[in-house]
Amino acid sequence: MTETTEVASVKTHRATPSLRRTARSGRSPGGHRTRGRLLRRATPWLFLLAPLVLLVTFTYVPVGNMIYYSFTDWDGISPDRNFTGADNYVQIFTRPELFRVFFVSFYYLAASVAQIAIALYFATVLSFNLRYRNLFKGLLFFPYLINGVAIGFVFLYFFQDGGTLDSVLSWFGSDTDHAWLGDPTSANTSLAGVSVWRFTGLNFVLFLGAIQSIPGELYEAAQLDGATRWQQFRHIIAPGIKPVLSLSIILAISGSLAVFEIPYIMTGGATGTSTFVIQTVKLAFQFNKTGLASAAAVVLLLIILLITWIQRRLVPDEKVDLV
Amino acid sequence: MGKTKTLAGALLTVATLAATGCSGGGAASTETAKAPTDPGRTTGTITVLTQRTDLVQSGAMDAYAAEFNKVYPKVEVKFEGLTDYEGEVKIRMNTEDYGDVLMIPAAVPKNDYPKFFAPLGTSKEMSEKYRFSDKTDVDGKVYGLAQFGTANGFVYNQAVWKKAGITEWPKTPEEFIAGLKAVKAETDAVPYYTNFKDGWPLVQWTANIGSVTCDNYVTNDLAGAVSPWKEGSELNVIDTLLHDTVKGGLSEKDPNTTNWEASKTKLAKGEIGTMMLGSWSITQMKDAAEKAGANPDDLGFMPFPVQKGNKEYCATLVSDYQQAVNAHSEHKDAARAWVDWFTEKSGYSAKEGAVPTLKSAPMPDTLKDFVDNDVTFVERSERETGTVNDIDNAAEIGLNKPDYRQKLIDIARGAEKGSLEDYFTDLNKKWDEAAKTAGS
Repeated sequence: MTETTEVASVKTHRATPSLRRTARSGRSPGGHRTRGRLLRRATPWLFLLAPLVLLVTFTYVPVGNMIYYSFTDWDGISPDRNFTGADNYVQIFTRPELFRVFFVSFYYLAASVAQIAIALYFATVLSFNLRYRNLFKGLLFFPYLINGVAIGFVFLYFFQDGGTLDSVLSWFGSDTDHAWLGDPTSANTSLAGVSVWRFTGLNFVLFLGAIQSIPGELYEAAQLDGATRWQQFRHIIAPGIKPVLSLSIILAISGSLAVFEIPYIMTGGATGTSTFVIQTVKLAFQFNKTGLASAAAVVLLLIILLITWIQRRLVPDEKVDLV
Repeated sequence: MGKTKTLAGALLTVATLAATGCSGGGAASTETAKAPTDPGRTTGTITVLTQRTDLVQSGAMDAYAAEFNKVYPKVEVKFEGLTDYEGEVKIRMNTEDYGDVLMIPAAVPKNDYPKFFAPLGTSKEMSEKYRFSDKTDVDGKVYGLAQFGTANGFVYNQAVWKKAGITEWPKTPEEFIAGLKAVKAETDAVPYYTNFKDGWPLVQWTANIGSVTCDNYVTNDLAGAVSPWKEGSELNVIDTLLHDTVKGGLSEKDPNTTNWEASKTKLAKGEIGTMMLGSWSITQMKDAAEKAGANPDDLGFMPFPVQKGNKEYCATLVSDYQQAVNAHSEHKDAARAWVDWFTEKSGYSAKEGAVPTLKSAPMPDTLKDFVDNDVTFVERSERETGTVNDIDNAAEIGLNKPDYRQKLIDIARGAEKGSLEDYFTDLNKKWDEAAKTAGS
């Protein structure tokens, strides 16, 4: 800290003599001008000071801490910790069972494909004039507003033996007697279904916003030319929302890799529903391996950054120009 | 170029901040927290951290404090009830501000006790007077005093078992399974309820280590590469019983949707036959029975179904949370006074129907059946718990975590591939490997 201030003051000292020389010939007091200029230069930074302090304190320092922990054998409680170098990282990459949980992410990835398709369909349909349009918008967006913990509990009752799902099915005469969370495939599919239910609304709103920003004359022109609804979608809407679509895909992939809330609340990671994040939490808070868990978190961060980078390389962000 | 430099600079700053930000607190004093000799002259305000938010809210804790003030009029006792006790206290212990009296969180390694808590006395003087003192014994000094202890066994609905034609406690695991089968055949009840979803009731099975061989030092033997799940060992017998119960279709259909609060009422009403729990649960179960309009006397407690050569049942006694005095506390004498008073004179353990910490106090009414039938109480030694936990954590098995038994149940009901033998072999291998690095 002190060093930087010194450097700054040296700079100002160096700058002042030349200014003084000019000041001598002129009548205006040079000191004031320098201060004014400095102040002007500092103004944006002063405005930024509060958010920057908050950002550094609550984002970068904790992340820095985590990176530091990932090189230690800290147990999360003890006042002392030993520096172990890259040992934690070596462990992560030499224990295949730590990576096996990523298979669970495929369920969520498949689910997010369905989720994007559903959201896109409804966004397109509801962007045209339709009766009860706003009601449907509200209905679709509503699940996203509910807190994740509440959703977990609601669906726990939903999937329970003789719970909501079973009774609804029995109205239609099918008594499946299936334990929905009973085996890994069924449990993961059910959980991924909950995640679709929850996040479709968010994708829907993003798509709807993008679609509505497309100028209306384009549709009119297309209609005059005799384009069908599908052709309108294919040639006007799809290219128009491409940036939002690619954002949704990045969010879907990183979301599927870092699923946590829903499986943690509903099954606690039992019966083969454990995800990488649940595993990390368990390492840190059950087995007191905070160092190893921090390393796992850093690895997850790097994987997501890597995937985002690859995705950006494959689908570069072009400026969309419809007109 | 300029961008990278700024970024590198920012990262460097963050790293420096991080490194300075996490140097630990000051050293704790090692002075013993002695009870004051003159109660009238002890002063100070002490904060007690507790997991019993229900008792804090209902005012029961304040009532205890009022009683305490009759002896120590100048000490003010404040309570802080924490819902997520383990999680919150663990983090607070990174500072010096974690109350004056607190329950020792399970996550704190035993060998770190001297860094956090004030010693309460030597092993010899404490063990003569109190049960469970060796659980917090580090290098000849005791750091915690149990609130109370609990005996282990199965809580069961006597009416349900009677309806199935069984009136005597099963003597072997086979008889127990046969009993559950009879319950399934003769009644509508779910014979055994695992409480799989909530998880912690599965941990209760671990508390039975010792009831098979009737040996109170047997947990200490785990501190090494001893293959804890080998044929005939405590954990082998215990976990096999759970496995066979589930495999025989004697537990609930979808374990992932179990519900602890609901299970209490179900047991009381006879919709559930049996649950593995500590004796602490009996009082709660009887309350649930009264609320549900069922007969509280239907609820019984049976020991683990194994008899030693002397034809006696054994039930392990294990301690509940241990109360400790913060090493950074400014009123150690007042804090110690509270711990002693609460353990010995408050009547708390009797009210909870639990095993008293004080050796001279009688067993509670909830264990009347055990006392009448000459069940041997095995006060489990916890001398090596520190090492056992180190191995357990290094192996990532979690004897006191639900995960490995959840997997066991999944294997038993065919939701996960594998056999019991393979699973035990795998657990043994993990344990023995971890013991080589951690158990020194």
